[in-house]
Amino acid sequence: MQTVKMVVTGPFNAGKTEFIRSVSEIDVVSTERKISTESERVKETTTVAMDFGRITVDEDLVLYLFGTPGQKRFDFMWEILSEGMLGFVVMVDSARPETFREARSILETFRAYAPTPYVVAANKQDREDAWEIDDMRIALRLDPKIKLLPCVATEKEMVKNVLLELLYSILADMESKGGG
Amino acid sequence: MALKGNLRDYTITHLFRLINLAQKTGTLIVDGPNEKVLVSFREGKLAYAQAGQEDNSLVTILYQAKKLTAPQYRALKERAGNMSDKELGLLLVNANYINQQDILASLQNHFVAIVNRLFTWVEGFFRFESDLLPPEDKITVRVNLENIIIEGARQLHELEQLQDEIPNLDIALKFADRPGANIRNFNLSMDEWQVVRYINPKNTIRQIARATKMSDLQIRKIVYALLQAGLVELVRPEGAPRPAPPPQIAGRIPVSQPNPEEQRSLINRLINRIRSL
Ligand SMILES: Nc1nc2c(ncn2[C@@H]2O[C@H](COP(=O)(O)OP(=O)(O)O)[C@@H](O)[C@H]2O)c(=O)[nH]1
Ligand SMILES: [Mg+2]
Repeated sequence: MQTVKMVVTGPFNAGKTEFIRSVSEIDVVSTERKISTESERVKETTTVAMDFGRITVDEDLVLYLFGTPGQKRFDFMWEILSEGMLGFVVMVDSARPETFREARSILETFRAYAPTPYVVAANKQDREDAWEIDDMRIALRLDPKIKLLPCVATEKEMVKNVLLELLYSILADMESKGGG
Repeated sequence: MALKGNLRDYTITHLFRLINLAQKTGTLIVDGPNEKVLVSFREGKLAYAQAGQEDNSLVTILYQAKKLTAPQYRALKERAGNMSDKELGLLLVNANYINQQDILASLQNHFVAIVNRLFTWVEGFFRFESDLLPPEDKITVRVNLENIIIEGARQLHELEQLQDEIPNLDIALKFADRPGANIRNFNLSMDEWQVVRYINPKNTIRQIARATKMSDLQIRKIVYALLQAGLVELVRPEGAPRPAPPPQIAGRIPVSQPNPEEQRSLINRLINRIRSL
């Protein structure tokens, strides 16, 4: 049995949990876990909420989707989460420009951890005050090569589309590296 | 769909950068604590501005710009009361009171002054209306936004905010390859020119700071202004190693698999599965 993972990241309230819930075959519970790192001198524990969802591909392959806790103070969690991921999705709430800067900073952080392909999902496009995709691309300072995809996390087809576009990017990335 | 928010979260500098890069046409309406300002754009250029209930008539603007004397001003106010700005402008030019360049320059200065005031606002709701254009009878101008943005961005001094904007100094800069982003059109300061000289994908911001003997804060301020004006872009420094891939966990991670065929097949299995969801 092989397991692979993709990470869904983005600011708090961007819709990460909702996104994973839309395609997961298991109930996505924001798991409250007590964790402590060895490097922490004081015996302190931090509560971290982490979502995960599962998609069984066949008898031999399972895909896990991990949602990251949005807060910066969980940076160290991101490093662990990003280990070995196939790629990642950055979720952004299209109706909350105040979170764009944080989204960009999260994106940069993840990109530094792992040079894997990623896509950006402009979520909550169903909201009346959602920004347009073209405006968001400029506001988020996205390279023209990076896919920015309209998304409504509660709509399964749109979530599927985001995941598929990420997989296409992963495939293209493999091809560009000379077939491996 | 909307382009709206609060200046606390999305600043005037950011908005102007967006309007400039997206070459937007329409009117930005900003509701501040004390007044309401309307700024109109045509294809990403400043066309018109109106602050609150301020007298925005051409006569008044020309008088304030000292292009009309007090008696001329009074006479025109009395007699040309019903004329539109466009009609009045034509009349003034025909009567040899003033030439067209002076009219446009006075309007331009007036609009830019309103806009510069906006850059000091930290609070206020904004919305951009694509359908709203300046009143028909008003004379409009065409001013590039780059210099206005640079001027406005120079007013940001908070290190914390600058750190957010440019988190990493080990990144390089390159000139934006965008029509209109011609360096010669920019009113740069000496310090800014110093930095511009070193812009090259091979030089990191940190290296440029060292070469120009600037502090982190100084270099951040300058790079921020150039970035906002759309003159430069951040790039991974040329020749720098890509970040090392994280350690692999055996048997779990497809990217570590030696066989590219297997990798591709794995991704294709995932694609097929997700399509069928
Ligand atoms: N209208 C709308 N609401 C959404 C969408 N995605 C998520 N939400 C709502 O936004 C809130 C935050 O979503 P959640 O998934 O918990 O965000 P997270 O903090 O990133 O995990 C919840 O109330 C969701 O129901 C969307 O695409 N459209
Ligand atoms: Mg969540």
